[in-house]
Amino acid sequence: MGLTAPAEHRTVSYIPESQEGWALTRLDFLVNWARANSLWPMPFGTACCAIEFMATAASDFDLARFGMERMSFSPRQADVLICAGRVPFKLAPIIRRIWQQMPQPKWCISMGACASTGGMFDNYAVVQGIDTIIPVDVYVPGCPPRPEGLIYGIRMLQEKVKNERAADKGTRDEMEPDPSSQLYIPPSVIDELGEPFGNSVNQTRSAQ
Amino acid sequence: MSRFEVVRTGASASDSIPVTQKNVSHRKEPPNPSAAALQRQFSSAIKRVEVIWGETVIYVDAASVKQIIRWLHDDQSQRYDFLSDVTAVEYRDAEVPIEVVWHLRSLPFRRFLRIKAQLPKGTSLEIDSVYDIYRSADWLERECYDMFGIRFNGHPDLRRLLMWESYKEGYPLRKDFPLRGRFSRSEQLRQALAQNPEARYSMEELTIADAFAELPEDMRQRLNKGERTGE
Repeated sequence: MGLTAPAEHRTVSYIPESQEGWALTRLDFLVNWARANSLWPMPFGTACCAIEFMATAASDFDLARFGMERMSFSPRQADVLICAGRVPFKLAPIIRRIWQQMPQPKWCISMGACASTGGMFDNYAVVQGIDTIIPVDVYVPGCPPRPEGLIYGIRMLQEKVKNERAADKGTRDEMEPDPSSQLYIPPSVIDELGEPFGNSVNQTRSAQ
Repeated sequence: MSRFEVVRTGASASDSIPVTQKNVSHRKEPPNPSAAALQRQFSSAIKRVEVIWGETVIYVDAASVKQIIRWLHDDQSQRYDFLSDVTAVEYRDAEVPIEVVWHLRSLPFRRFLRIKAQLPKGTSLEIDSVYDIYRSADWLERECYDMFGIRFNGHPDLRRLLMWESYKEGYPLRKDFPLRGRFSRSEQLRQALAQNPEARYSMEELTIADAFAELPEDMRQRLNKGERTGE
């Protein structure tokens, strides 16, 4: 498909030799240890992935072992948005608003094929991946993923949280969508991400 | 006949053989007794009566649909008191008209009736609403309008139900609608994010203050005593 990074894409340069002082890295370790082990998820369950998410939170798999014993049904007290299930276009402004209501620091897990890519719903009503609306940290594949898969994704997110550094500017900046179109990535990238694939290429967009 | 007796139509209408899908023949069953009554009452408006898998399908004139359904609802020998579905069918061929379908059920007589009206393609696709006969037609007709673009005259609040109200791409279940929609993905997303979910559904609309007179008596008493409704 030939995906290209948007022009304003920034990379964080990390040079191991030029480390900051000992006190700052120790503070990073302490803060990240606390954040990674008390992630409060905001469940945004719209489909069968939400059933697997409930199974993950229930006693057999016991999400509380990883510091997520409290489902935060208010975005104001949430750290992780777990989008479990397909998101139709009608829900796009709603999940965008929930994401904007969450305070920093915040992360997002896209759970399952539909939330990550639109999945088999390559049609007029379904968003082709929630990363076209909000930034996503971890994608969990599966249709739906098993609870072990979601726990593996959460552990990956915890690794990501533990490796954050306060000295990196910009990692905790709030996403600013374009004020006129409300998109935060260029439209050409969205079109590229939404291109048909697999055996559905004979479905064209042209009307009769 | 008692009110609670099950009316069995068809060849297997005896008590020994239960009416299952296996025992119902494709087209040989006798029609629902309402079909003959309709033909007596509205002879010119009834176009065709078919029986498929034991279910009676009546094709009626599009102009007199509301009159027929009102008679089926009001007449004491019919009493179709439950409207379970309003939908439409579009066929692939351009010359075959679009069909609007009503599923009626008579709970007292245990009868099921399917009414169909044909609207030729290329016309304005308008038909009378049955909202003032069955309140359940409200969202069913809105969904039918949303997906097929059929306008129900007399509906008090005919706007889109499943797609958002400013949706501009057309009617998704029509045969000329491409599966992925007419606009590009970025344009679809831009329009979806521009919608305001709270534009029509204000909190004032969601209160029950307007419907207070229609509430049951015990609920009105409890509300008068100051009981909270869980808002």
